[in-house]
Amino acid sequence: MNLSQIVQYGLAGITVGSIYAITAIGFNIIYATTGVINFAQGEFLIVGAMTAISLSRIAPLPVAILGAVLITTVLGGLIEIVFIRPVKHASVLRLIVITIGLSILIREAMLHVWDEKVRSLPYFTGTPVSTVTILGAHISPQILWVLGVSAVIVIALTLFFRFTRTGRAMRACSDDRMAARLCGINDRWMVTLSFMLSAGIGAFAGCVISPVTQTQYDMGAPLAIKGFTVAIVGGLGNSMGAVAAGLFLGLLEALVMSQFATAYKDVVAIVVLLLILIFRPSGLFTRSDVSALRTV
Amino acid sequence: MMRLRIYYPVIAGAIVIVVLHLVLAAADATYYMTQITMSAYYALVVIGLCLLMGYAGQISLGHAGFFAIGGYTVAVLTTYNLAAYRDAPLLARCHSLGLLVEWQDLYGREILSFSPWVAFGAALLLTAIIALVIGMPVIRLKGHYLAMATLGFGLIIYRIALGTPILGQADGISTVPPFPLFDGLQVNGRAPFRVQNYYIAWAVVLTAVVLSLNLVHSRVGRALRSIHENEEAAHSLGVNTYRYKLAVFILSALFAAIGGALLTHYNGSIGPSEATVMKSVRYVAVVAVGGMANLWGVLLMGILLNFLSLRGVFGTFDDAVFGGILIGMMILAPQGLLRVAGVRTIVSRLAGRSHG
Amino acid sequence: MRTRIAAILVVGVVALGLVMSPGCKKSPEGTAPETTAAAAEPIKVGAILAVTGPASFLGAPEAKTLEMLVEQMNQAGGASGHKIELLIKDSGAKPENAISMAKQLIDEEKVLAIIGPSTSGETMAIKNICEEGKTILLSCAAAEAIVNPVANHVFKTPQKDSDAARRIFEVMKDAGITKIGVITSNAGFGIAGGQQLQKLAPDYGVTIAISETYDKQETDLTGVLTKLKGAEVEAVVNWSIVPAQSLVAKNMRQIALDVPLFQSHGFGNIKYVEAGGEAANGTIFPCGRLLVADVLPDGHPQKQVLVKYKSDYESRYNEDASTFGGHAYDALLILAEAIKKAGSVETAQVRDAIESLQGVVGTGGIFNFSAQDHNGLDKEAFEVLTVVDGKFAVYEP
Repeated sequence: MNLSQIVQYGLAGITVGSIYAITAIGFNIIYATTGVINFAQGEFLIVGAMTAISLSRIAPLPVAILGAVLITTVLGGLIEIVFIRPVKHASVLRLIVITIGLSILIREAMLHVWDEKVRSLPYFTGTPVSTVTILGAHISPQILWVLGVSAVIVIALTLFFRFTRTGRAMRACSDDRMAARLCGINDRWMVTLSFMLSAGIGAFAGCVISPVTQTQYDMGAPLAIKGFTVAIVGGLGNSMGAVAAGLFLGLLEALVMSQFATAYKDVVAIVVLLLILIFRPSGLFTRSDVSALRTV
Repeated sequence: MMRLRIYYPVIAGAIVIVVLHLVLAAADATYYMTQITMSAYYALVVIGLCLLMGYAGQISLGHAGFFAIGGYTVAVLTTYNLAAYRDAPLLARCHSLGLLVEWQDLYGREILSFSPWVAFGAALLLTAIIALVIGMPVIRLKGHYLAMATLGFGLIIYRIALGTPILGQADGISTVPPFPLFDGLQVNGRAPFRVQNYYIAWAVVLTAVVLSLNLVHSRVGRALRSIHENEEAAHSLGVNTYRYKLAVFILSALFAAIGGALLTHYNGSIGPSEATVMKSVRYVAVVAVGGMANLWGVLLMGILLNFLSLRGVFGTFDDAVFGGILIGMMILAPQGLLRVAGVRTIVSRLAGRSHG
Repeated sequence: MRTRIAAILVVGVVALGLVMSPGCKKSPEGTAPETTAAAAEPIKVGAILAVTGPASFLGAPEAKTLEMLVEQMNQAGGASGHKIELLIKDSGAKPENAISMAKQLIDEEKVLAIIGPSTSGETMAIKNICEEGKTILLSCAAAEAIVNPVANHVFKTPQKDSDAARRIFEVMKDAGITKIGVITSNAGFGIAGGQQLQKLAPDYGVTIAISETYDKQETDLTGVLTKLKGAEVEAVVNWSIVPAQSLVAKNMRQIALDVPLFQSHGFGNIKYVEAGGEAANGTIFPCGRLLVADVLPDGHPQKQVLVKYKSDYESRYNEDASTFGGHAYDALLILAEAIKKAGSVETAQVRDAIESLQGVVGTGGIFNFSAQDHNGLDKEAFEVLTVVDGKFAVYEP
């Protein structure tokens, strides 16, 4: 394999990895505030993309995307208020099951609203065949958009959680909800806000990957599975870790693909997930405070 | 004796089953038995899952994987044609021991394959080993990490089923022969065997229920319930939580595998669609709506929901119904439908159960 | 109190599911019993289709086609005077559902024939059931194993994968292409196509330098294509269904793999071309003639049927017609022709009539059945098409 071939594999890995990374970011927000993994996160991506595609028929692309993000954000908030908030004394088990049920319902609703056809947003810059050359290898400019948007979101989130009052309030809720409430933080609204943020970011992510992956009503679940695999590998709650883990996983898959039959590629992610869960559940890029996660 | 009280519902159930048969026969509608039989085999999975989720408090999002292991093992071993190797010494030995059978498939081809009893035994053994190997590291995890790990397990099984040529890949295996039991009884989906198979399926299910009731009302069952209530307390009292949870995990896996193996013989086929995440989620939904720790509720709901789903009654809303049930149950009635006041007193009188 | 609400809600959800989508969709004109002596008795035709789920791009157009066609036929008096009662069941592409529904249709509803299922896995699961239940099965799935070995009551309407492969190789031989890369999806259709390609390549002097399988839900194929690029192939053959088909075209151009792209007959919908944008131009693939119905010469035997089906479907459902819906159209057409030829609606006679049908003009091709050939199509059923400026056109070498 010559240099350009190696670089091409690397770019292929980054392409897939960036999709995983941007999906994973949304999981961390809800986890950071409530300690729950939201299985319905993948659906937010698809709802956002589908809405944007419908809106793009009557509005220019940036307006359509903005509209889609806003609508999905509101949807995320409504979902939290209607389905999550009423659950008192929620065990983790119950909340997991609820979010699974939600993901199914949202998907079926999308099927009946939009039908089963495959759609996609137009490429942000260029056409389906434009390509950028790096060291003799080629990549679509849309991937650079995905990477760029991921970076911007991660930076914005980090600043938000570290330097704004609301962000710090949300982190307080995840550490100890009762204590946060005693400090005067309205923890219930923080939870709603976390869902809204997750939904909005998910919608934006869905829009930016739509030209690359295309969008179909049932793509939410596979995306979610890859997304939270990556989120766990990077360490739950750690957005930068999620991005790093996503790229790592993408490159690992590209490596496996280059050496073995492509059919084994999908097993890589699952095996990595299981290994991480068994040996280092806190993730690759987070300190190991694992006592809360293990039983005896 | 007090212990006998717990079996009253089993006897009542058996009577209901016979009465149902008579009613259907009188109405000339025995064809409903097809879906009831299929639902009964699916119910085996949820009974096991009920023990795991309701009593041991461990979620599993990958139980369809064990169903698939049971089904595929049986399918491969009873359909793989060894006729070409019949003279190899090892196979000749097996043949003389009665482990192999010769039969003709639908197109008149001569097949030499393992006998269904051997295949069944192999399926159970394989499931137990895999459940042990997976369970050992995974049972230690908690909450969503456990959920994720079981999900990952289910996904691996799905990928293996989808990608392996000998397992039929996307189309599965569709030439599975019937399973001759004894005395002319067979697990067979064809019309002449319909009533027979109805009773076979229910016999298996009721046996599983009796086993489960025994377990629940034994020392082991009480230990499990204590783990579910408060694991740390149980551990501090000397209960070997890890071992009990692992044991229940393996048992529930075996129940699922038996269901898979028998349904594969009944249907004559199996495919990767039995190993999907959605199937695992449906099993969880049934356990949730039946009342996590309520064996009878789970059994009833399992039969009802699968029956309706298999008949296509939910139409294009099939998955949505299960999703809606999951949400509804978890939000409003986490103890299950049968705990609704009114129904509750009747059920608890019938079941003679003391805990609430 | 809450648990009571929950109970009511769950019962409500189940009831809602029952009400909103009755499992059997019945055709509009079929349920009124004919009391006047002149009309003949209505016949029941069942259909098991994957209207929702992973094969919905097959089942949804098939269901719509059947409903439309049955309505048209009933308005014209039915099949040889028999009104058709259509019972559609949504199997979600799950073989176990197909088995249960097949038994329902055969044992309870006692249908004359079952159209579908949409996928090969489901069809193989119910092949024996239909044969033993002596019910005609007109499958809309592609696997060769459905009609090979032949079962008396089992037929299929889609063209053969092997013929599609042959047409592709013929084009390659003419163009002097000898070294190719093959990528297939891991769905049944992809695997079957891959096998046919492997089997037939040597006959046309083509070497398959590299052959890879990818997951049908794959969101990006640059990795696999990088591997093909490294093998320096002269052409790429992709055997899959949506959405991968459009992805391949785009990804190939994005990584500058500028060789001809051949697709399978799964590329049968203009939407896939739109999804691929510019990248789809130049794709070469064998397909039924539905997609180029408008540009066929007027004397072509299939033109009338194709143009009528296409315009009826598109005006009624406001979406592009695809070749997949055509498989269901052909199935019902064949059944109606057989009833006409047999002059009866007895299963055994209709079955015999199907085997004797010759020259039935359908959307997939012109059918000629026999006791050994329960598919009725050969490689002339395919037209080699290409994409020019975002539209389908007949391929001119």
